[in-house]
Amino acid sequence: MPTAGPRSGDAIFASVERVNAELFTLTYGATVRQLLTDLEEVEEVNKQLDQMGYNIGIRLIDEFLAKSNISRCVDFKETADVIAKVGLKMFLGVNATVTNWDAEGTCCSIVLEDNPLVDFVELPDTCQGLHYCNILSGVIRGALEMVSMKTEVTWLRDMLRGDDSFELQVKLLKQVPEEYPYKDDE
Amino acid sequence: MGREVAESCVDSLLTEMVSTYCHRFYANKPELAARRIEAIGYQVGHQLSERFVFRYTMERPRFTDHLEAIKFICKDFWSELFKKQIDNLKTNHRGTFVLQDNRFRWLTRMSVDPQNESQDNSADGENKAAQATSMHLYFPCGIIRGALSNLGIPCAVSADISNLPACSFVVRIKA
Repeated sequence: MPTAGPRSGDAIFASVERVNAELFTLTYGATVRQLLTDLEEVEEVNKQLDQMGYNIGIRLIDEFLAKSNISRCVDFKETADVIAKVGLKMFLGVNATVTNWDAEGTCCSIVLEDNPLVDFVELPDTCQGLHYCNILSGVIRGALEMVSMKTEVTWLRDMLRGDDSFELQVKLLKQVPEEYPYKDDE
Repeated sequence: MGREVAESCVDSLLTEMVSTYCHRFYANKPELAARRIEAIGYQVGHQLSERFVFRYTMERPRFTDHLEAIKFICKDFWSELFKKQIDNLKTNHRGTFVLQDNRFRWLTRMSVDPQNESQDNSADGENKAAQATSMHLYFPCGIIRGALSNLGIPCAVSADISNLPACSFVVRIKA
């Protein structure tokens, strides 16, 4: 029997349960605001958002793999493409592009021109150091770690800081070879 | 149809937000965690209500009494969030309203912390799971309170889950 191939981000997004994006956007905004009140330091909020994203990413990867029907990527290039074209689309409903590859193929940028996290958001001057979307970089880092890729994910451009798009740099630090949990003879 | 995201985005965010406040920030002070989660819900409800009312009242007059505002929460507001209306509305006509959702989506979909779920049979595990569920419910309670407050109705909101998966929200309007 032929196995079904990977599914496109559009097809998955069309088939999953969806909700009003305002609920998501405002819930995220209210959470960030509450964290700013409770933690006071912008840098602490950045860390917390990244941690929350990481925790979400390590759980969301299962749903991603199950729904996308993607079994493995041949290299980091394919991985980045899959995040941009399938992952971001199937959860957030947005399109992203991959660009700015380095010569080794271990570092690239994912560019988003549209991002539901920041609809109706304006940062006050007191929050200049805030990486408002840090949860997203955390999600990507967490999800990749579950498929054996240690990465560093940083924001290079941010529309809330006046840039024309969001640019997320994903750098592969270490690829842990996949091992089977048990050996046959044990 | 407005913009949408996958439902798992909202589920994941809520689960993580609740867990951040309950386990990381206020592990030993559940009442403080509850207050923060409710406050986040309040802000969301307040803002959502502002947006939905604006759309809703473009062709209709503003609400003239409490019942009309509550009905707006039960029908239009709830449908925007959960694609269904509140199933049953009761009132004692003295400022208390009970809004029942027979199958509250956030209770059926949200995963409670697995370490609590795995301890089946143990009373402690059940207790913890019940506590986790009630923590999750501070968020929708806050949403309803925020939404009504935006409509000029100060109130207190609590949740009753004695009839799972049904969930009743008890709204007590402050005189």
